[in-house]
Amino acid sequence: MLNILGKRYWFFGLSALVILPGLIILLIYGLPLSIDFTGGSLLEIKVKSGELPKPAEVIKLYDEFGITDAQVQTTGEGTLIIRSTFLDDATRAKAVTAMASRFSQEVEILRFDSVGPTIGQEVTSRAAMAIAVAVFIVVLYVWFAFRGIPNAFRYGVCGIASLLHSVAVIFSFTAIGGHFWGWEVDAMLFMALLTVVGFSMQDTIVVFDRIRENSAIYRRLPYETLVNHSIVQTLQRSINTQLMTSEFMLLAMAMFGGLTLRDFSVLLLVGLFSGTYASIFIAAPILIVWEKHEWRRWFKRSSQAAA
Amino acid sequence: MNKNNTRWFVVILVIVVVAVWIDLPNNPGIHVMGINRDFKTHLGLDLVGGTQALLEADLPEGTAVDASAMQTAKVIIESRVNSLGVSEAVVQLAGERRILVEIPGIEDPEQAIATIKGTALLEFADLGEDYLPAGTVIKTDYAISSESGTTPEATPPNVTPTTDSSVVTPNATSQSQTGTSENVSATPEVTTETDKAWHTVMTGADLKNAQVTMDELGKYAIEIVFNEKGGKVFADYTTSNVGKYLAIVLDKVILSAPVIKGPITGGQGIISGGNFTSDSANNLAIQLRYGALPVPLRVIESRTIGPTLGQDSLQKSMIAGAIGLLIAILFLTIYYRIPGIVAAIVIMIYASATFALFRSIPVTLTLSGIAGLILSTGSALDANILIFERFKEELRAGKNPRIALDLGWHRAWPSIRDSNAAALITCAILFWFGSTFGATIVKGFAVTLFLGVAVSLFTAIFITRTFLDIILSNFKPSNLSRWFGI
Repeated sequence: MLNILGKRYWFFGLSALVILPGLIILLIYGLPLSIDFTGGSLLEIKVKSGELPKPAEVIKLYDEFGITDAQVQTTGEGTLIIRSTFLDDATRAKAVTAMASRFSQEVEILRFDSVGPTIGQEVTSRAAMAIAVAVFIVVLYVWFAFRGIPNAFRYGVCGIASLLHSVAVIFSFTAIGGHFWGWEVDAMLFMALLTVVGFSMQDTIVVFDRIRENSAIYRRLPYETLVNHSIVQTLQRSINTQLMTSEFMLLAMAMFGGLTLRDFSVLLLVGLFSGTYASIFIAAPILIVWEKHEWRRWFKRSSQAAA
Repeated sequence: MNKNNTRWFVVILVIVVVAVWIDLPNNPGIHVMGINRDFKTHLGLDLVGGTQALLEADLPEGTAVDASAMQTAKVIIESRVNSLGVSEAVVQLAGERRILVEIPGIEDPEQAIATIKGTALLEFADLGEDYLPAGTVIKTDYAISSESGTTPEATPPNVTPTTDSSVVTPNATSQSQTGTSENVSATPEVTTETDKAWHTVMTGADLKNAQVTMDELGKYAIEIVFNEKGGKVFADYTTSNVGKYLAIVLDKVILSAPVIKGPITGGQGIISGGNFTSDSANNLAIQLRYGALPVPLRVIESRTIGPTLGQDSLQKSMIAGAIGLLIAILFLTIYYRIPGIVAAIVIMIYASATFALFRSIPVTLTLSGIAGLILSTGSALDANILIFERFKEELRAGKNPRIALDLGWHRAWPSIRDSNAAALITCAILFWFGSTFGATIVKGFAVTLFLGVAVSLFTAIFITRTFLDIILSNFKPSNLSRWFGI
């Protein structure tokens, strides 16, 4: 039988390898937050015929309205995205009208978002709070559901550990994307996070359920063997569910889906994959680390190394 | 097929037929015995295009906002949004100091927002000798842009007022020397008189109060009380214009144009007659009372999606979803054989049942809703896969297929239960969060995920099992690896 748990530190290392570079970039450059979080306005336009207005002209037009921080970006889809500070109602109306009359009658507004300066931060903190509350209650539920086996509380905490792992992977991924390919973190990231959190928890519970079941059957087996056995048994299901529910669907979405859903699908692809990975290679191994109190050994080793 | 299975099969069949019927593109809806329900797909703004605005009470941070004032503001905004003539607009309170407005498919979002924020303008216009019927759109000499920055032209309601005739009479308690005015009957047709700007005698700003009352015939009417200045202006005007017409004008549309029968000097009056219902009278009273919104509101967030982007996105995503599902079904069939085919059918039933639920509740489908749907489709497939894996394990252990199914199902159940319970808990919290803070994307996600998970639990528990049971009791293959893929 496969010995997955024996290589647990390899898997921890692999995760660190994936997560750390992104987190370092994140710490140095920060996350490329969109107006959803920072407040501001975003206008995306397209012209039906002829050429797009030059970015400099648009900036000049915005300047005339007293908006000096406009940034204009042309996209691969032949549209123009203009970002600036939050516009009040009157200015916004004027800017749009002026734009239509100045450049061409055929200016089409694809998207116009305007987010007040305070609301962005508020939504961020509230959403984070909602996720935290959800996570907390799920820990309680897992603790309750696993009450029949020893150390039920650990299962809840390890579930959270694997969940945090997925969240970290997503953040790291976006930080890298933001730094190198100009991605922006918008409200969609929250949707992706919520989905991944939900999926990751579901996945972890399935693996833990097998441990719960096996604990009742193989009472004599050492804990590590028992957990390893359980992981191997659920491996097939994990791969199949992963393939069938997420990868196929999301790959199709990422390749053929609508523009607004494409980034989201890519994020989910990564997030769900890491969720399944974490439930097998992170959550369960941490149970063993906890059971054996292995951190004592880490300190011993490091103090020996120091000496 | 045993009796139990037959019963379940019939139940499932009924569910499928009802679901498919609801899903029919041109479903006529149910309109019998007092039930009025249409079944159609409600698409969110991000899919069809439209404008979403989040309004917040513009009061200093920490000030308590009167809940009834917010409720009133919501009612006023609702009537204004409806005056734009769009269907399926949504106006709802979000938390204590916010109102969320969603207007689908609007051409000019700036105008829509101006309309929402504008003040309902009540005027008393001097028509002189001319009589104009209710519903006429007129021009007045009152400043086009009042100090609150409204543009009244932006708000021509295309609904005809419910009053077809009404009168201004002095309040019975205040003035007894004036006689009752005659009812002036009028046809509620919207006609525009463009050439003349009528003189505005006074505006709703000079009203102190307006409330619903009953006239002497026991019909709904609105009692208005002027403030000191308004009372004086009104008294002077009615004294010197006896026999002339006075129009009550709301947002440039004539509500009624009674004839002045005598001076009204008591500072009070009644707008009566017409076909006020309890609701329409109350609405008008509210609008009169708060010519301005009872709470100052400002737009703190607005999002507009052009119709092109939304529809393009929807179409492509639907096709992509179908492709993804097809590949998944293909894979299921190849890998799990008979159970795989059953799962494919179950997933179809799941999809049509969920969609039917969305159409009948109704749930508005947004991009975030689609995300929730993807995730719940995932758990629907997962539940099946969990059962099949256990089933195969039992088969490998040498059990006969019927017993293996029973055992497999029972072994799989705890993990299905617990993982879905965790998902449902998450949904409940996200829903609460989403509706409290006006975060529609979170709410949409939570609602679709919740319904999807609930339906997927049902399909996994009842349908998958019943179908497999029926097949296994009628079909006893000897080659397990060919039919069950072990």
